[in-house]
Amino acid sequence: MKKFDKERLLLGIAAPLLAIVAAFLVTAVVLVATGKEPFSAFGIMFDYGMKSDSQVYILNKATTYYLAGLAVAVGFRMNLFNIGVDGQYRLAAFFAAALGGALTLPGFLQIPLIILTAMIVGAMWAGIAGVLKVTRGVSEVVSTIMLNMIATAIIGYLLQDGRLGQLDSAGTKVSTKPLPESSHFFVFPTVPDQVWGFIVVAALAGVAYWFILSRTRFGFDLRTVGQSESAADASGVNVKKMIITSMLISGLVAGLVGMPTLLNDSFEYGGDFPTGIGFTGIAIALLGRNHPVGIALGALLWGFLERGSGKLEFEGYDREIVGVIQGVIVLSVVIAYEVVRRYGLKRQQRQVGEKLAAQAKNSKKQEVSA
Amino acid sequence: MANHDIAITVRRGTVHALVGENGAGKSTLMKILYGMQKPDEGTIAVDGQQVTFNSPGDAIARGIGMVHQHFMLADYLTVLENVVLGSEKLHGIGDRARARIKEISEAYGLNVRPDAVVEDLGVADRQRVEILKVLYRGARTLILDEPTAVLVPQEVDALFANLRELKAEGLTVIFISHKLGEVLSVADDITVIRRGTTVGTADPANTTPKQLAELMVGSELPSPETRESTVTDVPMLSVSDLRLSAVDPDGVVRSVLDDIAFTIHKGEVLGIAGVEGNGQAELVEAIMGMRTPDAGALTLDGVDISSVPTRKRREDGIGYIPEDRHKHGLLLESPLWENRILGHVSEKPNSNKGLLDLKAARADTQRIVREYDVRTPGIDVTAASLSGGNQQKLIVGREMSHAPKLLIAAHPTRGVDVGAQAQIWDQIREARREGLAVLLISADLDELIGLSDTLRVMFRGRLVADADPATITPEELGSAMTGAATGHLEAHGAPAETDPRTGGEDR
Repeated sequence: MKKFDKERLLLGIAAPLLAIVAAFLVTAVVLVATGKEPFSAFGIMFDYGMKSDSQVYILNKATTYYLAGLAVAVGFRMNLFNIGVDGQYRLAAFFAAALGGALTLPGFLQIPLIILTAMIVGAMWAGIAGVLKVTRGVSEVVSTIMLNMIATAIIGYLLQDGRLGQLDSAGTKVSTKPLPESSHFFVFPTVPDQVWGFIVVAALAGVAYWFILSRTRFGFDLRTVGQSESAADASGVNVKKMIITSMLISGLVAGLVGMPTLLNDSFEYGGDFPTGIGFTGIAIALLGRNHPVGIALGALLWGFLERGSGKLEFEGYDREIVGVIQGVIVLSVVIAYEVVRRYGLKRQQRQVGEKLAAQAKNSKKQEVSA
Repeated sequence: MANHDIAITVRRGTVHALVGENGAGKSTLMKILYGMQKPDEGTIAVDGQQVTFNSPGDAIARGIGMVHQHFMLADYLTVLENVVLGSEKLHGIGDRARARIKEISEAYGLNVRPDAVVEDLGVADRQRVEILKVLYRGARTLILDEPTAVLVPQEVDALFANLRELKAEGLTVIFISHKLGEVLSVADDITVIRRGTTVGTADPANTTPKQLAELMVGSELPSPETRESTVTDVPMLSVSDLRLSAVDPDGVVRSVLDDIAFTIHKGEVLGIAGVEGNGQAELVEAIMGMRTPDAGALTLDGVDISSVPTRKRREDGIGYIPEDRHKHGLLLESPLWENRILGHVSEKPNSNKGLLDLKAARADTQRIVREYDVRTPGIDVTAASLSGGNQQKLIVGREMSHAPKLLIAAHPTRGVDVGAQAQIWDQIREARREGLAVLLISADLDELIGLSDTLRVMFRGRLVADADPATITPEELGSAMTGAATGHLEAHGAPAETDPRTGGEDR
């Protein structure tokens, strides 16, 4: 039996590896076509990405990306495509920042309160899509995209001087009132830069994701719905309830996505708060096969590529080249997984057939000799 | 799965039957002959000429056509449209094609009307359309995959008449089945396949079904007979006034279950006969709680379960062997041990206070594999990699492992080999002796008659007739299934015309 497991692991790694290799090859072709030397570009990225300040940058970026990947992956396991992680985390971070700026409680109270607010806002925003899907049959893809736009509009309306925003002293930038010093999350005192303490929360979220999905009844039910709604229905899962629940959970995790930035870096929500991370999360969840470790590797890779893109610009390359790499990775990952999945299924069917035939032959021989 | 050392010679102008247990490799062989799969080694010769098929198109070009077990017809198109679909080039799509269809239909006595809409046709008519479709494409050799599985006995006779007609015209028919009586009545030659290889041939003229079955299984023949009665007078499941309507694809609301009432007692097997699609699936789903009926009450072991959710019903002791195991009974891409948990995730040994108990679930999967003879190299392979019969054994093992009070068995031995069939029947009988109540739905009339203590016939959503399994014959049951007879079916006589309402009540 061990043999099957090893093969499954190999097959599991084969797909993302293939995709990444393919992405670099395609990028090399693009670079050559634009008259640039491809391998020195990759060399620059690797050298720069390995520097210690780059490592810190990558870890911090990956913390955010990891949470986004998890949020999307929860939906994927259910066959739900939550494109709305983007709107969910921005709205969540905005309200959490506004609340955090307005209060001055001791840190051990205020930090959990901020995080909790973010999670609840994220969950509620995602829950709207869940309710719409269950009651009106609205595809979550459509509703979450629209909810993204609405979130943008709400934030734009509220983030104004006199509403929930305030103009800074230089009069150039509107943001929420900065969090008090006590609400800053702890950091690891690494040099030259500090690693955000929120990486611990992200890791815990990953463990919780793994535990809930693969070790609890609830997780089993959730995965069952993801694999076959009809079988889930027959097995006694309330599919509609499960859709709403999993959208809520996806939103809860999405609420966390803005927290590393808010509590470890910006301490306020302004016009420069990072956007679009929800979409990055989709790519990372795909790349990581919805597996907690895979998502972590995907998040780190994404951070690494982004770090490299900054340096490429200095060396006379277009930074967009990294966008090409990322895009091709996602495309090839989707294709490679499907190819590997089908190959794996076929291969296993054949192996089972062969094994049984061998068993049958053996038992026949025994009969004869007996 | 694997075929090895297959040798088969089919003479022109004959009906050649291919029999074997499920998972014996019949389907693989057919796929190879029809170009859907390529053999690793070996050769195929048609009319003495060696050929290689890369796709079904190549096979059709050589005059080999296949009639699948599951019909591949578009319901809302006419027969003509279905036939020409994909072969528009042959005779166009208009009058020329219509004339050709009529010609073929008359030549082989198929009795197909080109302008009927497929939706309005019965199962037997649809099958004839499938056959015509293949002939229209110029096939001289027809492969029929379990063609009788969906037919009632009278329709089977009609099909066999068609096959004889085809044979008389010099066409060749390869007929796959595991209903041995039928095989013996229609085939000129028989080839038996066991565990992927051809184990012998039989001459239908001097072979009995028993001998053929023994050749197939390599051991003695099982029988569904259960004669000593274990029926008690303690009701286990009572269904009363059950009504259900559904919206069909045209948006018309139509009644699919009408005034259904019956009681199954402890130790009783209630068999429901009926042509598929007459409401059996809906009845099962209503009892399982997967559909909400418009009216009616369900009582399980004295407790009203009418508004209890599916999971609670399962926990309360309803075991479920679904009609479509791929759709309702398995997670195909999950390993066997996860499939063992499916449907019973809240019960021991699978979980404990909300947490899965992987170790216990895996150990119990090993036990099921062992006790129910699920042929698999291990419990970590996906359910999809098992043959249909072995998947079914796993499901039966899983459902019986939770000591159900009521077992809903929809086609429990469909696609299962003779050996496993005997085992499943034994399991049901065993549990019945200990007080299990069984709702049995089956298209296999021998199975229904052999296993049931009470028989009901379902027709267009109603229970229209009942019969005593000790005296009824498959032919009599078959005629009630087509709606020709109602009330209490008397053995060996004209069916008594009584009010179906009173006839539908308990005896």
